[in-house]
Amino acid sequence: MYRYDTIDQQLVNERVAQYRGQIARNLAGTLSDDELRPLRLQNGLYIQRHGPMLRIAIPYGLLSSAQLRKLADVSRRYDRSVGHFTTRQNMQLNWPKFEETPEILGELATVEMHAIQTSGNCIRNITTDKFAGVAPDELTDPRPYCEILRQWSTFHPEFAFLPRKFKIAVNAAAEDRAVIRTHDVGLELVRNESGEIGVRVFAGGGMGRTPVIGKVVRDFLPRRHLLTYLDALIRVYNRYGRRDNLYKARIKILVNALGVEEFSRQVEAEWSFLKDGPATLTDEEFDRVAAHFAPPAYASLPADDPTFNAAIAANKTFAAWAKRSVHPHRVPGYAAVTLSLKAPGVAPGDITDIQMDVVADLADRFSFGELRVTHEQNVVLADVRQRDLPDIWATARAHGLATANIGLLTDMICCPGGDLCALANARSVPIALAVHEKFDDLDYLHDIGEISLNISGCMNSCGHHHVANIGILGVDKNNEEWYQITVGGQQGNDATIGKVIGPSFSAEEVPDVIESLVNVYVEQRSSSERFIDTYKRLGIEPFKERAYAGRDRRKPAITEEGAAHV
Amino acid sequence: MSRIIKNNRIVEDIWQLLKLAEGETPESVALTGEDIIFPLPVWQARKDEILSRERPIGVWIDSHEGPEAIADDLGRFTVIAVNFPKFADGRGYSTARLLRERFGFQGELRAIGDVLQDQIYFMKRCGFDAYAVRPDKDIEAALAGLTDFSESYQTAVDQPQPLFRRRSA
Repeated sequence: MYRYDTIDQQLVNERVAQYRGQIARNLAGTLSDDELRPLRLQNGLYIQRHGPMLRIAIPYGLLSSAQLRKLADVSRRYDRSVGHFTTRQNMQLNWPKFEETPEILGELATVEMHAIQTSGNCIRNITTDKFAGVAPDELTDPRPYCEILRQWSTFHPEFAFLPRKFKIAVNAAAEDRAVIRTHDVGLELVRNESGEIGVRVFAGGGMGRTPVIGKVVRDFLPRRHLLTYLDALIRVYNRYGRRDNLYKARIKILVNALGVEEFSRQVEAEWSFLKDGPATLTDEEFDRVAAHFAPPAYASLPADDPTFNAAIAANKTFAAWAKRSVHPHRVPGYAAVTLSLKAPGVAPGDITDIQMDVVADLADRFSFGELRVTHEQNVVLADVRQRDLPDIWATARAHGLATANIGLLTDMICCPGGDLCALANARSVPIALAVHEKFDDLDYLHDIGEISLNISGCMNSCGHHHVANIGILGVDKNNEEWYQITVGGQQGNDATIGKVIGPSFSAEEVPDVIESLVNVYVEQRSSSERFIDTYKRLGIEPFKERAYAGRDRRKPAITEEGAAHV
Repeated sequence: MSRIIKNNRIVEDIWQLLKLAEGETPESVALTGEDIIFPLPVWQARKDEILSRERPIGVWIDSHEGPEAIADDLGRFTVIAVNFPKFADGRGYSTARLLRERFGFQGELRAIGDVLQDQIYFMKRCGFDAYAVRPDKDIEAALAGLTDFSESYQTAVDQPQPLFRRRSA
């Protein structure tokens, strides 16, 4: 992974000093709360329902074991010994003390970590494929691109105060696991006819209150032009994106208002001035960064490991776990493995200090000391030998990290919701826990098969409910929590926004409604169909009908105002 | 006379910033004073009159007014000021870079409005060399903001070569 040189380290240290000064000035009364707000947000600090929340950057989801141990240590000393992984591959601490946040950032800087631009109206953490560098369906490793973008976006002087937040995701695989089409800018690494690797640029995607799938603004951009083109694109947004209405300030609104052709034309016009300028990426720089992501020292192994196969044959529980959690690897004899943070009774994405230490140890013992945080709020060990999988499973299982539900209904993406978040209209974690309780039978879960169920506590859509096969959105009506349900969304290459099935439900009704929706699928599926396939074939009606059958208590669909900048 | 930061030090400001008061129009406002920074609409409405004063000329543009509006006249201005109505309105950063990098403005480029310690590092990078720090703030403290960071990754006005081109050197 990328290691800081003295300049990278110096910049992060200077950021800590700057932030320490800002907090001191705020406490001394010379920097008002309003003036501090955008500054602290650009250092990941929110003021939440019960106090501050600190969002720590995990660039493109990649962590070393030493970094994870530091997160465990920080969570013990400054929080309540638990961290929460987010859909953008970051970590949130929910109970830090305001005055101690400079100390936390100082601690993180010692392991090349920070909270820079994890919030605020600036370029946010760059995200990518959880299997970057090891996926068999990958064209090239996206991580050098991500790191180059991380450096370019860090303290970008022109784009520190954009109309609204700006999220960039990169995908280099045949299957898009980074949801690039729901990002402000999605970058797909592609090869052109002459064999050159470049970038297909999508813009104007986003979730939130107005979900939009991103559109292609440039079909092929040679690698060297990546930064100048993005400078041009974001400059057009910075100058012409709306600033009069928070809810219409994302780039998707500008792209839709202009039309993608006109937007793209304006970007090209701006780019013509920047193209081939000093920000043109050099091969030397690309190679310097790429060298940090050189493959580890893999052993030469047979493609199928007998120990692993024997364990699958001998142990049904292990086999069920392996079926869901073990993923193909481009190197023979190796696998990527997902450790589930979706155990029953636990808030999705939460990880305790002890679990962090356990995962760090597993990474050291079995995966070259590195791990990844996934968009789905789990953890991946990307470079393990198949023969080590039984040992990994045993340790993970002993620490609640081996629930065999990856990709299944209880592998829910879920925001912190109204229990913690000041923006939320409704709680989301209790819904996740209730659904988990309803679907606690693993055999049944495996029988239902691949399905995504995502939960957001408000229109800001941090739980990505729009792109779930079944999405749950918390809404507030007269201070009561209600839940609107969407069906038919999906992420990946065919990213689709789900459709609302109708009036919202009470919290108590939600698990039963989910069961009704699943039942329609189970009854009507053909042998090889996933939930989404059956939905596409049947349409929304049978699902709608079943969801409301026998439920006389209907509430009108509610659209509540979202909010931001707390 | 108020003080501003110019070329990394605090100096007395010789310019008067003209703002249209309630009821005043660009056509009717009195052009009194010596060295004046005119609002863009006044410059546009009374260009000949302003030129005939035979004084150094300043103009200020608001965050929604692009640099294109004055691009053809840049040689006439000693000072261009860019207004930040709120510090979180970041359009002025693009305006500044365009004035310097695209249109080649060489004179004083001044940030006015909600200009605060924690933004002037970015302003400097985008080409500003003068800062009218908000009057209720400590300008001495704000000066320190120019040196929050000792290096930078990106190409910008103060350092056109991105770090990656200097790193390998």
